[in-house]
Amino acid sequence: MQDDPVIRVVAKVMIPTVMLFALYVQFHGDYGPGGGFQAGVIFAAAFVLNAMIFGLNRGRHVWPANLNLLAVCAGVLLYGLTGVASMLLGENYLDYDVLGATPQAGQHIGILLVEFGVGLTVASVMVALFFTFAGRMTHNRLLDRMEAQDKDAKRGAAKQAPKKRSRT
Amino acid sequence: MMQHLPILQIIVPLLGAPLAALLRGRDLAWGLALLLTGVAFLISVVLFGQQKIAGEALIYELGGWPAPIGIVYVIDAASALVLPVVSGIAFVATIAARRLVEAEIDARDHALFYAAWLLTIAGMLGQVTTGDAFNIFVFLEISSLSAYALVAMGAGRDRRALPAAFNYLILGTVGATFYVIGLGLLYMLTGTLNLMDLSERLADVESTRAVFTALAFIALGLFLKMALFPLHFWLVPAYAHAPSAVSALMAATATKVSVYVLIRLIFGVFGIEFPGLADAVGLLILTLGIAGAFVGTLAAILETDLKKLFAQSSIAQLGYMAIGIGAMSATGLAAAFIHLFNHALMKGALFLAIGAIAAQAGRASMHTIEGAGRQIPITMTAILVGGLALIGVPLTAGFISKLYLIRALLEQDFWMLAGLTFISSALALAYVWKIIEAAWLKERPEDAPVLTESPVQYVPAWLMVVATIGFGIFSAPLVEAAYAAANVFIGGTR
Repeated sequence: MQDDPVIRVVAKVMIPTVMLFALYVQFHGDYGPGGGFQAGVIFAAAFVLNAMIFGLNRGRHVWPANLNLLAVCAGVLLYGLTGVASMLLGENYLDYDVLGATPQAGQHIGILLVEFGVGLTVASVMVALFFTFAGRMTHNRLLDRMEAQDKDAKRGAAKQAPKKRSRT
Repeated sequence: MMQHLPILQIIVPLLGAPLAALLRGRDLAWGLALLLTGVAFLISVVLFGQQKIAGEALIYELGGWPAPIGIVYVIDAASALVLPVVSGIAFVATIAARRLVEAEIDARDHALFYAAWLLTIAGMLGQVTTGDAFNIFVFLEISSLSAYALVAMGAGRDRRALPAAFNYLILGTVGATFYVIGLGLLYMLTGTLNLMDLSERLADVESTRAVFTALAFIALGLFLKMALFPLHFWLVPAYAHAPSAVSALMAATATKVSVYVLIRLIFGVFGIEFPGLADAVGLLILTLGIAGAFVGTLAAILETDLKKLFAQSSIAQLGYMAIGIGAMSATGLAAAFIHLFNHALMKGALFLAIGAIAAQAGRASMHTIEGAGRQIPITMTAILVGGLALIGVPLTAGFISKLYLIRALLEQDFWMLAGLTFISSALALAYVWKIIEAAWLKERPEDAPVLTESPVQYVPAWLMVVATIGFGIFSAPLVEAAYAAANVFIGGTR
């Protein structure tokens, strides 16, 4: 698909727009419909589109697997540590009131941080899922290991076979 | 910090999981997992003490939102008893995991393994702690999803782990979906998800058809999750082909947590006075329990693979817990709690000892342990004591379980059931004898690989064995705690 100029040009326009819209859904979630889950999925769609048009390898190059794992974990940690922060400030876990100058400001900051954590993790997990399934035949440790086992087993069988013959 | 312990119990392993996933380098992830499960165990012991001193439920409001609106975590006598079981087993299994995981799992996957390991522990602790019915579902999924991944990781060594994990995933998801369908019906009728609020509001809609449907869905979903006969087919392959450390952790804790959730939902929400619960549902659980006890024991006798053998015996032991629940009395529930506690110790000991053998020999079958009694006496003795406890020999914890179980049945004049329970326990002697015969009475074959043992391998298993014997001799504190737990659900005296 890389060779089709129409698709390439449209994708190049679409990808940043999709990302921008994701950020809008993310941060406008305080006032209207939206939030971390939806925004995360939309944001991940930009990466999926990129990989579909320009190929898996370039998709991986843009957003390497290690960085993606970091993002998965960072999102969860951001959520959890927001709760821990409110606990350290003397209130119950995830009680945002103490995060800001007034309880209202605190609630605002708290939900923003937590939702950003959700968005980060959802987006990176979606990307991880896409690359895992799409790259299943080329990058899979488990399959590699099972193939190695098969080869070993065949080699073992080949070695044993002549012995049996010589016995009989 | 002390008032935050109920939430720390869960977030310590939960937030440890993403950290463990990021750690690179030898044993770092294992060290983190060991530290955090140790802390979780400590917290659960302190919580048990706090609850006992307070004499009432400790309630923690998440985000400062009070009960019916927000999610609350409740530490009452029942959850305070189950938390140390889960976190204690998790801690000991983590100690043993280092060697087992090194032998069975690709070094590059260790970080992700321990991340899933901590997640499944956090999920189980969450199910026990939370006082919100939907929160139970969330934690159920957290623990199950990571458990599916853990089982599938056995595929590096034993490819049958993949279909086993897939079956477990499908059936586990069906179970969780049934639970959430039942919950949806309850929410529709009452407009609340808080367990205490739910039980109060259910009184208004008690005899509608929707409530009975909800009860059926919830009970069936949890039967599947706790592997009650005849919904147990996912369990044996999942335990047998999983990495040894995972078999030990899950055999000792996963199904027990579901038993706890079943008790919490049936008695804590619907209540013993709920129409039809005491007779119809009780009879169903009793029948399935006793059938499971026989089917599991007989299947275990026929099995030659040790992991499968003890997985089958788990079906039987879950049957005994179901009998305790089905008796629908305070003594019955106490017996179920006692057996839940004791069985976790015995199965933990057995699977850790078998895991040590399987990690060396590749598998642990009757053939592998032929004559092993002289080669690795300490490990084999752990298996022997664990087996004797399963039968219910006096001076082991298993005896206490059976004693209270039979007492609960006799209290209700279920003479025949008490007899059947006794017979099925005695039948367990057959499979334990098979192990004794193979390990001590047979000579080790000349061509068999030499098995070795070192303290690293047998100390975790022996910790459990010592606990099994300890709680068998000094059973009073456990029995007292179990009655306190039962009294949360059924007001009754000893």
